[in-house]
Amino acid sequence: MTTTVEPQAPHTAAEQFALRQQSPLQRIQHALHSHPSISPLLVLIISVIAFTIINPRFIQPATIGIILQQVSVIAALAIGQTLVILTAGIDLSVGAIAILSSLLMANLAAKNGVPGILAILIGIAAGVIAGAINGALVTRLKLPPFIVTLGTLSIFTAIALLYSGGQQVGRRQMPASLLWAGQPIFIGPLRITTGVIIVAIMAVIVAFILAQTSWGRHVYAVGDDAEASRLVGIRVDRVLFSVYTVAGLIYGITGWVQIGRSGTASPNAIVDANLDSITAVVIGGTSLFGGRGTIVGTILGALIVGVFRIGLSLAGVDDQWRLFATGVLVILAVSIDQWIRKVKA
Amino acid sequence: MTTTPESSELTEEEKDTVGLGNPPVLADPKDTVLSGRGLIKTFGRVVGLDGVDVDLFPGEVLSVIGDNGAGKSTLIKALTGALIPDSGQVYVEGQEVHFRSPQDARGAGIETVYQTLAVAPALDISANMFLGRERRRSGPLGSVLRMLDKKGMKEAAGQSMANLGIATVQNMGQAVETLSGGQRQAVAVARAATFATKFVVLDEPTAALGVKETGQVLNLIQQIKEKGMPVILISHNMPNVFEVSDRIHIARLGGCAGVITPRSHTPTEAVAIMTGATTLEKG
Repeated sequence: MTTTVEPQAPHTAAEQFALRQQSPLQRIQHALHSHPSISPLLVLIISVIAFTIINPRFIQPATIGIILQQVSVIAALAIGQTLVILTAGIDLSVGAIAILSSLLMANLAAKNGVPGILAILIGIAAGVIAGAINGALVTRLKLPPFIVTLGTLSIFTAIALLYSGGQQVGRRQMPASLLWAGQPIFIGPLRITTGVIIVAIMAVIVAFILAQTSWGRHVYAVGDDAEASRLVGIRVDRVLFSVYTVAGLIYGITGWVQIGRSGTASPNAIVDANLDSITAVVIGGTSLFGGRGTIVGTILGALIVGVFRIGLSLAGVDDQWRLFATGVLVILAVSIDQWIRKVKA
Repeated sequence: MTTTPESSELTEEEKDTVGLGNPPVLADPKDTVLSGRGLIKTFGRVVGLDGVDVDLFPGEVLSVIGDNGAGKSTLIKALTGALIPDSGQVYVEGQEVHFRSPQDARGAGIETVYQTLAVAPALDISANMFLGRERRRSGPLGSVLRMLDKKGMKEAAGQSMANLGIATVQNMGQAVETLSGGQRQAVAVARAATFATKFVVLDEPTAALGVKETGQVLNLIQQIKEKGMPVILISHNMPNVFEVSDRIHIARLGGCAGVITPRSHTPTEAVAIMTGATTLEKG
């Protein structure tokens, strides 16, 4: 049996070609490929600078505090949405689950006399169960996530409306614990709320788990190539089920943050949450095809939308232009994702 | 467990031809890495395996060839837990095993590389290498925070690639999608070679590759063999099979049309046996 030791052959023309200098554009493509959060970060920095030049009030602590508070709920939902989208799924029931959780905790506390903390825990548990139902339908019935969550969007919304009778629960009816996420916190001149801190902590925890644990790596692998993951022994269905369940937990906690933010629990709150959360995830550089993206990107994506909202309003521009700008950003972000996917060695 | 096949007493003549012929002279499963005996698998009326016997000896490359539908994939699946045979026994190092899933086989030290490039493209080489069996950091960072030992895994991945002479890929943090098809398959083969303790199964590993890349994978098979790890190679490609194999198991119509060596027969004769144009004489 002869062993073939490849001699150090001189480079062929094609290999020489492969070793050529990369063009600046290719370098950008490579940089974005290895660090997909760069593009949303650049968009955020440029838009902050631009809005500050247009109206210097933009950079004041008061404005920044308002942006952070406005962004908190969508950012929190987008964290859960990121997990789902990383597995090449989509979750249209985000808002419905958050509202169901918030109405449940508010009604239990206000009408059934359940202690505040317990009511909050039951509300969050309902979010977990709702997420687990999504996960079970996706993994057991093998239905596409889009269809499953389109269905549960209506089902969870209907349950929330039936349970609450379509009535909102006002600030005065609720114990302090339910409204705790609305407590102001001052960091120097910056006024934010405990809700913002809760969302920031959730973001850090989920980002850590995704980047540093086996489970996180499996979430990426399943979204990247479910078949390859199965072949190396990852229990794909288990990973998917856990992702939807953890997302439900995050939406449940967000339901509580939402009560603090608005001071009420209302069935009509956060109606645009589904599309807003997907928008934040996509602008943040997470691929809708799965396997690629970060929580940092998602938070940046949510901040970009918030910055545009306040920035354009401070610039005296009609609010409809914010909608227009968001649409442009979404299309741009997905185009960039498609482009960096084509990266070559 | 206690019943060993009738072949345990070989004549002097048979000892020189063990593992060869039609039907092949069978060895005692105690002397093999893997043995299948009387494997039957049916799919409704379709007979996938019609009482097949197979042996894999220590340190050898055994190729399984056969026409489409000859039962080569079914045989491999029945041996590695991807299919459960209706009847028959599988022995690993003389011990009878009952694999219920590919995970069982993997747990027993059998690694399989599939025809489809079974790597996750967006993950890097090191992550793919350790996918599904990640290492955690030592101490509370690993046990409490469950943090991955990324540095350790990168070093180990680089070491395994270097051990197999894969020097073209240097950066273990490189996403697999930036590699060529041959390099990707090299990652999958290196993964199998690293974690296998009994043997490696390569299911059409070069089917999706070009000529040069196929050469790289064949080189890898030689490297694995030189480390003493037995290999089962399933392939359509006669030149490849004749280049790397010690023995060639010819699957035909759910059975075995005989076992030959690259010295005893030519590729043309192998194809003739495979297609039924000629039959391998007894003995």
